[in-house]
Parts: sequence; C-alpha cells; structure tokens
Amino acid sequence: MSANTTLNERPGWGFSIGTVSLLVGAVAFGVLMIAANAADPMMAAHAWIFFFLAVTGLLVTGLWAGTLQKRNPFDPAFYEDTIVKFGVVAAMFWGIAGFLVGLIIALQLTFPNLFYFPDFGWTNFGRLRPLHTSAVIFAFGGNVLIATSFYVVQRTCRTRLAGGLWPWFVFWGYNLFICIAGTGYLLGVTQSKEYAEPEWYADLWLTIVWVAYLLVFLGTLWKRKEPHIYVANWFYLSFIVTIAMLHIVNNLAIPVSLTGSKSYQLFAGVQDALTQWWYGHNAVGFFLTTGFLAIMYYFIPKRVNRPVYSYRLSIVHFWSLIFIYIWAGPHHLHYTALPQWAQTLGMVFSVMLWMPSWGGMINGVMTLSGAWDKLRTDPVVRMMIVALAFYGMSTFEGPLMSVRAVNSLSHYTEWGIAHVHSGSMGWVGFISFGAIYCLVPWLWKRPALYSKALVEWHFWLATLGILFYIVAMYVAGIMEGFMWRAYNEFGFLEYAFIETVKAKHIMYAVRAGGGTLFLLGALLMAYNLVRTALGHGEARGDVETTPIAHNPALQPAE
Amino acid sequence: MYEMLASFAQTWGLGFFVLMFLVAVAYALWPGNRDTFREAAHQPLIEKAPSDD
Repeated sequence: MSANTTLNERPGWGFSIGTVSLLVGAVAFGVLMIAANAADPMMAAHAWIFFFLAVTGLLVTGLWAGTLQKRNPFDPAFYEDTIVKFGVVAAMFWGIAGFLVGLIIALQLTFPNLFYFPDFGWTNFGRLRPLHTSAVIFAFGGNVLIATSFYVVQRTCRTRLAGGLWPWFVFWGYNLFICIAGTGYLLGVTQSKEYAEPEWYADLWLTIVWVAYLLVFLGTLWKRKEPHIYVANWFYLSFIVTIAMLHIVNNLAIPVSLTGSKSYQLFAGVQDALTQWWYGHNAVGFFLTTGFLAIMYYFIPKRVNRPVYSYRLSIVHFWSLIFIYIWAGPHHLHYTALPQWAQTLGMVFSVMLWMPSWGGMINGVMTLSGAWDKLRTDPVVRMMIVALAFYGMSTFEGPLMSVRAVNSLSHYTEWGIAHVHSGSMGWVGFISFGAIYCLVPWLWKRPALYSKALVEWHFWLATLGILFYIVAMYVAGIMEGFMWRAYNEFGFLEYAFIETVKAKHIMYAVRAGGGTLFLLGALLMAYNLVRTALGHGEARGDVETTPIAHNPALQPAE
Repeated sequence: MYEMLASFAQTWGLGFFVLMFLVAVAYALWPGNRDTFREAAHQPLIEKAPSDD
C-alpha cells in the first residue's frame, strides 16, 4: 500500500486518517450488530442507514488515501478551504429543504383538508414540524456555523485547521446525525423534547462528533500564530462548549434495550421540564446567538473593511452574554409547577439580557461608521445590518415576553411563533445569507458575485416575506390570547378553542405567503451562488486574495 | 442537601461569579491593553497566508 510510505514520511497526517477510519469502522461494526438484532423496525432502518453511510465513508476515504502518493493533503502552507466549500453547499441544501418543509406545514395549518393524507402518516404535521425546526436550526444553522467557524479560526489564527482528517469527520459525522434525526422524525422516532427530539443513539453519535469538533477547534487555537485570540473565536468556542454541555445533560436517558430505539429520560416531572428549558433556551442563546455573533464579528468588519467599532465592548458583550444567558431558561415555565422563585430568576435574567444584546447590536451596526454608503451600494452589507436590526428587535421582545404578566397573554399563542421567526429568519437567516454571500466569491476566488441585482431581489423578497410572516402571527397571537381569556357575563369562557383556530385562518394564509417569498429568495440565492462558483456574469475571472481586503490602508483614523 | 447547596449558591457561588465577571470587565477596560486590542481589531482585515510550522 503506497500510503504506508507517505505515512512514514509525514508523521501526523497519516495518524488522523488511521484514527478516523478506526473509529468509523468500529461504529459501523457496532451498528451492524444492532441491525442484525434490532428490537423494532425503526431501529433496524436507522442501523442500516447508518451502516451503509459509514461503510461508504470508509470506502471513499480508503480510495482517496490510495491516490495521495507523495501529496500531503494537509499541507500547513495552505488553509483548509475545501471543507468550508462543502459546508456552504450543505447549508444551502438543508436551508432550502428546511424552508420548504416550513412552507408545507404552514399550508397544512391553513388548509387542513387539502394537505391531509391519512394513508401517509409521515406527512402528518406532528412528524413534519420537528423536521422543519431541526432542518433550519441544526442542519442549515449548524452547517453555517461549522463552515464559518472553520474559515474564521484559520484566518484569525493564521494557521491551517488542526487534526488532519478529523475536521472532515466532524463535517460528515454531523450531517450523518442530521440524516438520522430527520428520517427518525418521519418514522416517528422521538423522545418528545423540543429541539432535542432525536433518540439516545443519535444523541450518542452527536456527542462523539461534537467532542471531535471541540478538539479540532481547540487544536487550531493551540497552534495559532497570532498572539491574541480574536473575539469571534471566543464566541465560537462558547457555542461549541456550551452546546456540548447542554446536549449531554438534557439527553441523559436510559434506553429500554441497546437494540431498540426507545429510551426513558433520567429526570421526571418538573426537574425534566426545567432541564429541557434550560437546554431549550440556551440552544437559542449559544447556538442561534453566540455562534452567529461570531459570524457578525468577523464578516461585517471584513466586508466593510473597517475594524469592529469597539473591541473593548466586544469583550464586555461576550462575558456579560455568557454570564447572563445561562440563567434565563425558567421563563419558559411561568405558571407551572416550577417554584415561583425559579420563574422569577429566569424572568429577571431575561430582562438583564437586553443590555448585552443591544451592546452587541450597536457594536455591529456602528462598525459601519464612515462607510454608511455601503448600506445603499452593497446589498450583502445591508442584509447583515438588517439581521442586526432583527436581532435587536427580538432581543428586546424576548425580555418583554419573559415578564410573567406579558407571558400570561403571549404563551402558547402565535406571538411566540412570531418572536422565534423574527429571530430565526431575520437574525440567523440574514446573517447567514450575508456570510455565505461573502464566502462563495472568497472560496472560489471570484472577483464578485454572479449578479448583485439578484442579491437585491433576494433581500427584498426575504425582508417582505419576514414582515408578512411576523405581522400576521403577531395579530393572530394577540387575538387568540385575548380570545382565550375572554369571559361572558355568566363567568363562562366566551370562545371555544376551535373558534380561535377558525379566526386565525386568514393570518395563516398571509403567513404561508410570507414563507413563499422567503423560500423564493433562498432559491434565487442558490442559483446566484452556483453561477458565481462557475465564474459567470460579474464573477468572471480569478482573483488571488479576497476581494475586500486588498487595501488595508483604508481604515478610519483612531 | 438542598438547603446546603442553595445557601452556597446564593452566597459564595454568587460572589465568585460576580468577581469573575469584574475581572473580565477590568481586563477589557485596562489601559495597558489598549494597543493589544487595537491590533486585534485590525487583525481580520489583513490577508496573510498561514505561517509555516
């Protein structure tokens, strides 16, 4: 085997190929055993899917390693950009899939008869809804975070990604988890924890992948050539570390059998509920917030070629966010069996969160000081700044909704749906779109995007889509909140539940229209990115360095 | 056990967190760090190849 000679010549990189193959091989053998003895058909299906994907991965790795000859695939003189390209493609694919499923379930709620297939249980709203949430948060958002974190940590540490083949294990392992999770929802495999639906075996696999992710990130920081660790890396690190902690604690469960898909939670009752919402809210805090703030702290300065407005503020922003976020979870459990003091604690910390959130928003927006014209001329910058506007809006609204009296009206209504979608479509979606629009020309070495006009179309379609979406849901939410608490003169409830459902029909239709616009925008984006990578239109030609940073002399005086 | 943990969290635990946060703020505002931070803020804007090991 020719790889052996290369292995000896370059100690280090061969080691990572060997260890990754060993781990994947061992897991493949384990799942083959499970597949042969599966206690239920869902477990059998998952074990076979897992087995075939793992074996395919091993075969591809072997064939690829065999062709290496004298070439070092992990040459430290180059950044590892191929994995970032894969991440961008995966993010766009899952993003469009997730938005599409979102539109389908919005239509199911609007026209229940039209989209009801009793013969196909997996098309039921209850199965598709977690598919939508996980696809947009974990598949789209997760791939954006993995791709951008790998890009940013290399550039800001001025060193190649650590771990040889291990970053690839992280990428494929994470996407394998997504496939297992997604097919599980359709098959009805769920542990019924919101945003943590996958069962015990998928959770164990994600734990392995996530620890590898942490080690790759830490290893890259460890061998950095810049003395200072840039603030974006702090945000990424907090995202990786905290998600590991949240994921492990919230998924503590005992499987009924090692060959079956069902498990039982370790905690019960209010302890389980509190653990779940400690997890749930910090998934918002450390997955959907700090991870994407890391994107903000790298891509906005880079795109407008200005240093971040205040580096000091970014440090205070980071630590105050970290210290406060972790306590806010109990605001999801107002008026429940959770002790009143714990509810109040969650509420007070949520209100305090307003300050660091707005500090970060101001820091991002003010980075444009002296370059405000870019809001008009560069739709990508505008997208990222509008993302910050949505971030500011939803981080003001969140503390408001966490106040117990407000929560008594907003909880369980469409107001909550409006809130999460202004955060997820407006903040997470737009900052991700902005980062991807930056990354594709940089990675494929193109002077610009294929068409700036198409970015404008995407921007306006998506912005209008979000506005239709959230306005419709605010109206629906406040209306149903008031309908639920309305009494007649005899002290009975004024409305039956079904009347509130009927009253929401028109808002549901408007929401589905907004979702259609948002999806259309994402399709335009994918088209634009493919043409950019191919070097068509305005993207014709090659460039050596990233197009934005060719003139570092253009910085504001301090 | 619960009382013990709760009283510890409400006194020493709270004090420890506040102290750690103050250390972070002091680090951010320390006048001596001004140049480090200015350099750090400009660092992403400068395009450089990875340095060889």
